Amino acid sequence: MVNPMTDKRLRAALLAAPLVIFVAVTFLAPLALMLVRSVYEPAVADSLPATLNALAEWDGRDLPSEETFRIAGTEFVALNEVRALGSVATRVNRLQSGMRSTLLGTARRLGNDPPAGSWRDAMIDGDEDWAEVSTWLAIRRAGERITPRYYLNALDLDRGAAGEIVAQPEDRRIYVSLLWRTFLISATITAISLALAYPVAWLLAHARPARAGMLLLLVLVPFWTSLLVRTTSWIVLLQNQGVINDLLVVLGIIADEQRLSLIYNMTGTIIAMVHVLLPFMILPLYSIMRTIPPRHMQAAASLGASFWQSFRRVYWPQSLPGVAAGSLLVFIMSIGFYITPALVGGRTGQLISSMIAYHMEQSLNWGLAAALGAILLLLVVLLYLVYNRLVGVDRMRLG
Amino acid sequence: MRNISLLSSLLLAAFSATAAAQTLTLVSWGGSYGRSVERAWVEPFIEETGIEVQIEDYNGGLAQIRAQVESGNVFWDVVDMPTPDAVRGCDEGLLEFVPVEELPPAPDGTPAAEDYPPGSRSDCAGGGIASATIVAYNDELFPGAKPSTLEDYFDLDKFPGRRGMRRVPVVNLEFALIADGVPLDDVYRTLGTDEGIARAFAKLDTIKDQIVFWEAGAQPPQMLADQEVVMTTAYNGRVFNAQILENQPFTIIWDGQVQEASGLVIPLGTPRLDIARQFIEFASSAQSLAAISKYISYSPTRYSGNALVSTHEDTGIEMAPHMPAAEQNMRRALHSDWVWWADNRDEMNERFAVWLTR
Amino acid sequence: MSSATDTQIEFIDISKSYDGKTMVLPNLNMSVRRGEFLTLLGPSGSGKTTCLMMLAGFETPTSGEIRVNGESVHNLPPQKRDMGMVFQNYALFPHMTVGRNLSFPLEVRGMAPEERTRRIQRALEIVRLEGYGDRRPGQLSGGQQQRVAIARALVFEPGVVLMDEPLGALDRRLREQLQLEIRSIQRELGVTMVYVTHDQQEAMTLSDRIAVFNDGEIQQVAAPETLYEEPVREFVARFVGDNNLLRGTVQTVDGEICKVQVGDGLVEAFMVEPLEVGARTVLAIRPERVVLSPSMEYSNTVDAHIDDMVFLGDHLRVHVTIFEQPDFVVKIPNFIGQGGILPGDSVRIGWTVIDCRALPDESP
Repeated sequence: MVNPMTDKRLRAALLAAPLVIFVAVTFLAPLALMLVRSVYEPAVADSLPATLNALAEWDGRDLPSEETFRIAGTEFVALNEVRALGSVATRVNRLQSGMRSTLLGTARRLGNDPPAGSWRDAMIDGDEDWAEVSTWLAIRRAGERITPRYYLNALDLDRGAAGEIVAQPEDRRIYVSLLWRTFLISATITAISLALAYPVAWLLAHARPARAGMLLLLVLVPFWTSLLVRTTSWIVLLQNQGVINDLLVVLGIIADEQRLSLIYNMTGTIIAMVHVLLPFMILPLYSIMRTIPPRHMQAAASLGASFWQSFRRVYWPQSLPGVAAGSLLVFIMSIGFYITPALVGGRTGQLISSMIAYHMEQSLNWGLAAALGAILLLLVVLLYLVYNRLVGVDRMRLG
Repeated sequence: MRNISLLSSLLLAAFSATAAAQTLTLVSWGGSYGRSVERAWVEPFIEETGIEVQIEDYNGGLAQIRAQVESGNVFWDVVDMPTPDAVRGCDEGLLEFVPVEELPPAPDGTPAAEDYPPGSRSDCAGGGIASATIVAYNDELFPGAKPSTLEDYFDLDKFPGRRGMRRVPVVNLEFALIADGVPLDDVYRTLGTDEGIARAFAKLDTIKDQIVFWEAGAQPPQMLADQEVVMTTAYNGRVFNAQILENQPFTIIWDGQVQEASGLVIPLGTPRLDIARQFIEFASSAQSLAAISKYISYSPTRYSGNALVSTHEDTGIEMAPHMPAAEQNMRRALHSDWVWWADNRDEMNERFAVWLTR
Repeated sequence: MSSATDTQIEFIDISKSYDGKTMVLPNLNMSVRRGEFLTLLGPSGSGKTTCLMMLAGFETPTSGEIRVNGESVHNLPPQKRDMGMVFQNYALFPHMTVGRNLSFPLEVRGMAPEERTRRIQRALEIVRLEGYGDRRPGQLSGGQQQRVAIARALVFEPGVVLMDEPLGALDRRLREQLQLEIRSIQRELGVTMVYVTHDQQEAMTLSDRIAVFNDGEIQQVAAPETLYEEPVREFVARFVGDNNLLRGTVQTVDGEICKVQVGDGLVEAFMVEPLEVGARTVLAIRPERVVLSPSMEYSNTVDAHIDDMVFLGDHLRVHVTIFEQPDFVVKIPNFIGQGGILPGDSVRIGWTVIDCRALPDESP
């Protein structure tokens, strides 16, 4: 005898299972892995156990002992023979530029020509970096399994000789300012999208069905067009010798040498991204506005309110859930946008995503990419919580 | 019943694995270069061996290879890769070694080891194609005096107008120092000091307001054609295509260009290692490397390959004047130092990013 | 209260078309007296709501003029018309409390806070919702929401209150209760009320006068009793209350009385308007005015065959066939009991000439 209730629940669970598994495999698991990567870095610790063991007892002020030099040198050579030194070298190099070739070069030299006498002298003879305390500190630090360094790096911080937290030198402080700029540009994009989308959504929601259908189609056509195609058309339109500038010159609004810089800068990023993201603002607004009875505006008018009074006091507050949903959606999407700013952003229109992509694809510093991503995620979650407080997510509708 | 279906799906999987083993996946850059790879290497290789080759495009970087190697599911067999990336991939243990002894000797019998210029090849790479990042300008925009040196690219007084530049530190720091009077041999030594780096950025500062940054290789010729910029850094092959195939009035300044090499690598752990090695051996011969230059203005890195450069397959023009490795173009060429870049790339990238936002 | 004949609102030769082709209202003339409760009654699509919307200012007449207090309101936007409106679905602002909803019209008029509080208090008293000021509309029942809507339309003391099917969404008991409340509020405040409904019962309960709409035209404007007792058009006779309608041809005319041939019988009827001999006419006879076994003074008596009888508590509904036509209805008050009749019986029924009104036949 099967309990019908259990049976029903089981069936519901089975129906939902494919999606749950899909989300877990394609989203939650990679997310968790990336978060782990941002603090967990076992490669060096696993590769250099003896060296790190020897360095653990070292005071960090004078050069390590001859014994430590010997242990380290031997370990480098052994690793190099099994092709495992390269990945260690890349990781130490992130803490101190130049360490990659120092380590690989030293290992090659020591392997070809093992020192007869002092390892210390042999290593320092081969590469002066070994006479620097900072070299050894870098190796010791790279050997930390659980490390805050990616987060420090992502916040333009570093650790000094004694492990204290210090600011990066000024010419390497990039991430915090990029993060700020990302937020600023995203906020601007959100505000502009809202200003442009609100009247359109209003028309969509309250026009006669036939006309609303046409309008909705116009909104959705760009939605279905490839992102690259759209971005490229913005280049054609906006560049210095582009359609808009040509038009302005022909109409005599600006002189030929006053052509506006509309692309390859922050303006370009904003214009192109507003266009790309506009539907994500219009659709939630539209779906909320459709639920606001047009009678309410009439009621307000009959009660003596002017159009603006009615709008401000009656319509706008009721459309807020849509405003909130659209703004949150557009803001969160712009924060993570990559292709469009890369192509049209030029010097001043780049977002934090460009650095994340660089560390994912070029430098292979996935730990730092993960830390940057995690910070972004944290800020988005915080923002969401604040929004939830202000608007209430149950009132927010995504359409 | 269940056992039978399990068995049949296993059989099916085994069968498709065997079938896949017959197909080599070659990953290259697409565009006009990708087409020349197809015509110069892939088509003759299929004809000679009967092995199927599937060509895929990528945008460089090691991320995808790392993901494949780490997950143990390698589906790329041969990848066309710039030497700095190949070196790092080799260091990180992401690529198979390609012993130089396995590469074919020159037509005159010289072993391959002596036929490659020193430092042009990673231990994990075969093949060998040289390209250059050059400065090119649009002739129509300079009716009078024409730019002829790298200094002219940085000289806004003499040649006013906007400059195109790739939004990365690589090559641009070298350009800045060369234009600032640093001898070619001293460029990387100078960059090795803080003062040298400061000097490079200071030189970039002088044209900063006039720079239009590009990202993808197809952009600079387009920007020149649209007169969006008067001069731009670009890959020489892209400019060649615009000049020859589209009759654009572009001129390349062969002065202080930075020469880069690329090679063919094998991601570690591909199940099709044998045919991957077979393809690299095929594509590394002097004839195969020279065949690329029938379609696009990239040079073989091998000395013996350079001697075989002839004419453009479709237009019949002499290719030598357009080649980065041609003698007349090499008078003031800088070989990119991948070791220096491997050591300093992350730091330079951060500094460059800071410089961009300042 | 002003004199009952003082005209406040006039519709003069109003026509309205939404698409420029079909006329929703071809030509409408109507006036509303100050302090009166006028109901626009008619089936849906008869033009009554359009009429109300033009008065409120949400629709513009295609031609003609609406005057309020002798002034054309053509150029006045809705917010300047000083009319409180109650909508069918209340149109309460869901994001405001009841108090804020009531405060809204006062705030936009720039009224001082103390005065606002006083008025809101009073308005809530009128609709018997004291203490509900801090609730949100969503927390109230349908009837309470409608009272709030009424309070909001009254709170700023407008010259006219318009109501568009305000009780349509409520169940019958509540509707009847609110009808009485609305009537007493209107009587008490003396405010002019224009009320739209399709429910003739409701119209009868509430109104001083009822304007019956059909197909964009006013059929008759009259007090409820007049409308019931003295319909002048076939549509009104059919729409207001139950009526038996008999079609026939005028045979003889004698002053206001005529004889009409119905089937094989002859019926004596009162002419609402003069009819020619030979004219087609429709006779309207209220079921409750028909009696069984009539005495001699009934001028119309006829043999009827009882088809069916329905017991309805306070009365008995008897369906009979007369003049070979079925479905003639007779209502018999309950105190007589069943009167000893059964379906299948033949009886004699009758009605007086004054209860038999001869109207022009409007059937096509």
